[in-house]
Amino acid sequence: MKTTKCIAAAGAVSLLALGILAAPAQAQRDPAYAAARSSGEIGEKMDGYLGIVGTETPELRRLVNDINIKRRAVYAQKSQEEQVTLDEYALATGCQLILKTVPGEKYQAPGGVWETRTSAPPKRDPRCPPA
Amino acid sequence: MNHSKLTAPPGGVTDAPMQSRRTCDRARWRFGWAIAPIAMLGGCINLTAPDQPIVIELNINIRQEVIYMLADEAAETIEENADIF
Repeated sequence: MKTTKCIAAAGAVSLLALGILAAPAQAQRDPAYAAARSSGEIGEKMDGYLGIVGTETPELRRLVNDINIKRRAVYAQKSQEEQVTLDEYALATGCQLILKTVPGEKYQAPGGVWETRTSAPPKRDPRCPPA
Repeated sequence: MNHSKLTAPPGGVTDAPMQSRRTCDRARWRFGWAIAPIAMLGGCINLTAPDQPIVIELNINIRQEVIYMLADEAAETIEENADIF
């Protein structure tokens, strides 16, 4: 009885560990982030980071800062691997991110104006490679 | 007698120049008031706050060829880190 309990417990622990390990592989957007994106409260900036489109709230600021810090860490690591500057890597990613926005989402057009993505190609930085 | 003619002429001699000076003063006053708002406006600079954030591009050290070269690499990075992009 005691051993079966033990095995069951061990099984549960290993399943939990598997779940935790498997999580990053199929990482999806946080629901709050996904909601703020599709509602147009936050948008993709030209520089590869997120920005707040309308009025700033502490929640939105926290969300945006949190993701931007993580993005910066990725840019820092990848730019070092590619032997380019962090800003170059971030801008190159920003070009792709704006291209990948779906209709209804917000993105920053050259000049700093927030635009809503339509089915038409987005207005991107002149330094971006053609899609 | 000539004396009375000199001291008290009909209409009064001394009155005429006084009258003209007073009207001149009044005209100058009016003119001053008229140009005052114009002068004040000239000294004013109207500033309206922009409703869009001011973006200053400081990335002067971005190499165009690098951006082109990184296009596929960046797309891959986005796929790998889908939770933050």
